[in-house]
Amino acid sequence: MNARVKEPLILIDDQKKTFKVARNNFIDSEVLQAERDRIFGNCWLYVGHGSELNKPGDFMMREVGGRSILFAKDREGVVRAMYNTCPHRGAQVCRERSGNAKSFQCFYHGWVFGLDGKLRSQPGEEAYPEGFKDDPSSSLSVVKRMESYRDLYFICFDDDAVSLDTYLGNAKEYLDLICDQAEDGLEIVRGAQEYAINANWKLLTENSIDGYHAASTHATYMDYLKSTDGGLTSVALTGYGRDLGNGHAVIEYAAPWGRPVAQWIPMWGETGKKEIGEILARLEARHGKERAERIAYKNRNLHIFPNLIINDIMALTVRTYFPKSESEMQVNAWAAAPRGESGWARKFRLFNFLEFLGPGGFATPDDVEALEHCQRGYLNSREVRWNDISKGMSQATPAMTDEEQMRAFWKQWNARMTGMQAGA
Amino acid sequence: MNAETIGLASNAVSRAEVEDFLYYEAELLDAWRLPEWLQLFTEDATYEVPTTNLPADASSDENLFYIADDRFRLGERVKRLMKRAAHAEFPHSKTRHIVANVSLRGRDVGRLDISCSFVTYRTKDSATHLFFGTLRYQLVQAEGQLRIRCKRVLLDTDGLRQQGRLSIIL
Repeated sequence: MNARVKEPLILIDDQKKTFKVARNNFIDSEVLQAERDRIFGNCWLYVGHGSELNKPGDFMMREVGGRSILFAKDREGVVRAMYNTCPHRGAQVCRERSGNAKSFQCFYHGWVFGLDGKLRSQPGEEAYPEGFKDDPSSSLSVVKRMESYRDLYFICFDDDAVSLDTYLGNAKEYLDLICDQAEDGLEIVRGAQEYAINANWKLLTENSIDGYHAASTHATYMDYLKSTDGGLTSVALTGYGRDLGNGHAVIEYAAPWGRPVAQWIPMWGETGKKEIGEILARLEARHGKERAERIAYKNRNLHIFPNLIINDIMALTVRTYFPKSESEMQVNAWAAAPRGESGWARKFRLFNFLEFLGPGGFATPDDVEALEHCQRGYLNSREVRWNDISKGMSQATPAMTDEEQMRAFWKQWNARMTGMQAGA
Repeated sequence: MNAETIGLASNAVSRAEVEDFLYYEAELLDAWRLPEWLQLFTEDATYEVPTTNLPADASSDENLFYIADDRFRLGERVKRLMKRAAHAEFPHSKTRHIVANVSLRGRDVGRLDISCSFVTYRTKDSATHLFFGTLRYQLVQAEGQLRIRCKRVLLDTDGLRQQGRLSIIL
């Protein structure tokens, strides 16, 4: 990083209304090294949803920000994130992806830890000094900063970070709209899509909130919707993009596809019409007409800096992604849904999800292809140095097809990388 | 055994005949003759690829899969993959579908449950990826021909971390 400190990472020209991003940001291993420290080392990172730990003893093993994390609920219902490494000699204590446990045992020398991470016993205990077990360094290390907002759990590796609430800031308005579609809270549907893209992780941030690429990249998805029997309404694809501060951004828009909460399409027939009507009526009773209609009819692609996407579109997806190298990322995607929704609604939600989303959908594979081709195009970045994300910069209210959202991300990214960010 | 006697009702289909059918299916897929491949499916067929942390018999109505196509959407998948604008598969990748260890798991009147192992290689842009696991078929007989009513792909991988995407048909 230091060698390149004189080269700007982004170029903003407020007179000419242009916004350029250096392609070096996507290919330089020194940039990635700095990101591990300045982005993943001190931002709030999504670790999991409360519904994934339903019962005491439930646990998930997750890789978050390059760390191996054990996300678990103890007997008293306390949720913790612990570093999944034995305090003794370092082996990963948990080797299962998920499950229910009474305790965790390191298989190397047999140390046993409680669900709270505390050392319970170790073979040959008599050879250790008195009080050894009570020394905090003998137990699993707990991630000190873990906070939740509406059952979304985040961790932060910077002990001095601002609170999650402050960090989320204006993004909470949109998280609330998304969570308020459920009467009894959201839950993660069983089954996770785990894939990878041979591209820099920041390309997926851009792509996930990009309303500009749909017409060309996803032409075949639009063709599919048109050929369905009643898969579309006459609603036009239109909306705005918004910089939410702290690097968070959103596009909010109307769209012609069906939404399980709650925009009916003819394909769902009379049963569906009745179901959707009831969902709408209950939304209205809880939130009033105006807010209910915003929840039901508007789509939201929400980006929480740096690497969480919650897309409330034809289905509801939660997605995180982390760099493996400057040109590789790993992606995790889940489907979220209102707890206790009807079997009908759940079925159509998941059917909707798969037609667009995920590595086997009709759209995501083409996004993956686009991102990988960008990464390959950056082979030329010494000669062709800048990406342009100026679209809509001179608009008072940027449209969803403008690039205000990406600019929000890059401004925050730049501020953190150059050590110039204020507040959060 | 002649064509007339390959009645499932009489339980007369041999494993060799099932294997020939599966080899033919693989050949169509490798040649990207997808419209012909689609003709191997019944009108009420399903094609499913569950995510890899689910039980083998999980339902796509309640669990998140990678792919859960009914016959209509499978037809649309084929249409899409034959277009230039299916960017992930343009130009088409090279694939090799290999099936082995074919076993007849169950028979019912007019129906045959088949299980086999598979390995599929996919090469695109100088990279080769591997998909492997178990294929579960429910076959029926229509107009004297074997047809697929259900094809479920059980991947033995941990997600698609190596492969990245599932843009081909397995």
